[in-house]
Amino acid sequence: MTTKRITSGLGLLLGLGLAAGQAQALEGDAERGQQAAGVCVACHQADGMGMDNPNGESWPRLAGLPAAYIEKQLHDIKAGRRESATMMPFANMLDDQQIADVSAYYAEMTAWPTLPTAYQPADPEDAAEWLAHRGDWAEDAMIPACNQCHGPSGQGVGDVFPPLAGQHAGYLAAQLEAWRDGSRHNDPNQLMVGIAERLDEAQIAMIADYYATLPATLAERDAPSSEEDAP
Amino acid sequence: MSLRISRAATLVATLALSPAALAQDEGVERDYQIPLPEAPEGEVTFTPPHERDLPDNQYGDMVRQGRDLFLNTQSLRGEYVFNEQNCANCHLDAGRLANSAPMWASFGVYPAYRGKNDKVNTLAERIQGCFTYSMNGTPPPTGSEPLVAMQTYLHWMSTGAPINESLPGRGYPKLEEAEQAPDRARGAEVYAAQCAVCHGDEGQGQKVGERQVFPPLWGDGAYNWGAGMHRVNTAANFIKANMPLGKPYSLSDQQAWDVAAFINSHERPQDPRRRTLETLEETDATFHNHHGYYGDEIDGHRLGDHADFGENPRPLDG
Ligand code: HEC
Ligand code: HEC
Ligand code: HEC
Ligand code: HEC
Repeated sequence: MTTKRITSGLGLLLGLGLAAGQAQALEGDAERGQQAAGVCVACHQADGMGMDNPNGESWPRLAGLPAAYIEKQLHDIKAGRRESATMMPFANMLDDQQIADVSAYYAEMTAWPTLPTAYQPADPEDAAEWLAHRGDWAEDAMIPACNQCHGPSGQGVGDVFPPLAGQHAGYLAAQLEAWRDGSRHNDPNQLMVGIAERLDEAQIAMIADYYATLPATLAERDAPSSEEDAP
Repeated sequence: MSLRISRAATLVATLALSPAALAQDEGVERDYQIPLPEAPEGEVTFTPPHERDLPDNQYGDMVRQGRDLFLNTQSLRGEYVFNEQNCANCHLDAGRLANSAPMWASFGVYPAYRGKNDKVNTLAERIQGCFTYSMNGTPPPTGSEPLVAMQTYLHWMSTGAPINESLPGRGYPKLEEAEQAPDRARGAEVYAAQCAVCHGDEGQGQKVGERQVFPPLWGDGAYNWGAGMHRVNTAANFIKANMPLGKPYSLSDQQAWDVAAFINSHERPQDPRRRTLETLEETDATFHNHHGYYGDEIDGHRLGDHADFGENPRPLDG
């Protein structure tokens, strides 16, 4: 039954929402992208892993982000929908084709970690885990669980909802602040801005740290039990 | 689909002339799908307890088990659940959120008379109803562990709530009738702009691995033709207060009505009560005297005119 498409005529309308504001899809070439990315390594590093700079601006990990997400961010930075004095000149160096190329390059570099998807109850004593799994639905907050949009274990959903787990803490916190001060205003349908505004400072620090360390935390949690299971 | 919605000009053309609909005009009220009564006006004052405070004993463990089933009802897939839904998809924040048909507002109001099956229903039967329709499933038997676990979860959540009293925040807040009749074409535009990013261009939802992240809104994985959410008014009420996720009350009333009409004019698993009746017409006339598209001709296809019960294995004559 799912195959019975009765949207005839209406189907065209669908998809417009996202396509709007996005340049028409150019085919990206990772090899050409590597050349164009020569200037990026100073900050995002040769392995695309970026760096957490506790006393300054952190450089996000790019390796393994979805190509379409990287592409969108570079266009948004160029167009001023995402204001960054550091990134702007580098985004401006790239034309549309080069943007598609570097996006393909970083997307294919190293896969983003695949984390557990199975349901796990959140620990009610762990405020960060609670926010990630369950949200904060107090009347003045109305914050859905981060994982509801960013996926199980915050590993991202499709091209639109980027992974958070394994991204640098300083960078994650900076982005939440950027939405709050209005310098980042590129989220589709303003899905993120209201949430960032309704978080308090303590929640921002806590959740940035939680996601930055989650892949390691999960690996640690699994390690002892798998040793026990070993024959 | 009753004549009560004849203000919906776009619908009238397709459905007003069906003999079943005309028969309903005799004043015989046989709408078995009366929505929940409207919640009383006023501030939401009830707050359910926090899970931190759950006791570490058998009762607490049963509550936790019920919570897990409520959030991850998919663990009963293939046994009691035959679509891709979890209870929390329509009862947000694990059934705790006011105006999202919260569980703490339901516990104390059962047993209650329900038009849907024309008898006094216990809470267990009400939960079983959501299994049959919203989960396109088979209800867990009375006294079975999954059902007891859910009842215990609801019981705990209602700690301190009054008995036999309807509380503000119950159900989904009722919208005023739309200024213009709900319109599927306008609804399609709302859907494309505001909903498809999560629920998919074809209403198919999205998964990461095996885990459902955004639930499907139509097709085999969705709620069936007997579920409360397939009523346009119920869906409009839910959507206004709860969707898009993270942006409650951001749609206009008209947009909520239009997009509800759009979603609910798509195919979904057959109404299980169709098994008890000879024809689509009879099912439509007996159980669908409300604001819905079941039995209506849309784009050359008659909705519900099939024997597709989704994954639910019981056959049409079963
Ligand atoms: C001087 C350091 C620096 C250089 C060089 C640099 N970047 Fe960045 N990049 C940053 C910083 C800082 C941010 C975070 C900006 C913000 O806060 O909005 C960033 C953010 C990004 C993002 C957004 C990531 C996300 O998760 O949303 C992308 C994509 C990106 N850079 C690509 C590039 C590419 C491609 C190049 C080379 C052409 C490049 N950068 C060169 C510092 C740099
Ligand atoms: C309703 C959906 C939704 C929810 C819930 C949500 N987000 Fe987001 N988030 C988004 C979208 C969409 C984007 C991508 C925006 C863009 O394209 O620039 C995003 C991006 C982000 C980014 C930037 C990532 C990067 O690489 O630049 C951070 C950080 C973030 N979200 C944190 C959070 C946290 C923390 C929570 C929970 C408190 C949360 N989000 C909950 C939708 C959501
Ligand atoms: C597809 C959406 C959907 C799903 C999934 C769903 N429900 Fe419901 N539920 C509803 C609707 C709609 C109502 C009636 C609201 C109305 O008529 O205003 C309802 C009502 C209820 C009520 C009665 C509320 C009251 O105040 O009287 C209970 C109890 C309930 N559901 C439990 C569950 C349980 C348990 C599950 C999982 C097994 C579940 N529901 C899954 C849509 C859903
Ligand atoms: C940011 C992602 C997102 C957007 C945008 C969004 N939804 Fe949802 N929707 C969800 C999630 C997640 C759930 C399940 C809620 C839960 O489990 O807490 C849901 C549940 C629903 C349900 C419950 C029915 C079911 O079968 O489970 C309906 C109906 C619905 N959404 C309609 C809409 C409509 C209409 C729009 C556009 C106006 C919309 N949604 C926009 C994420 C979204």
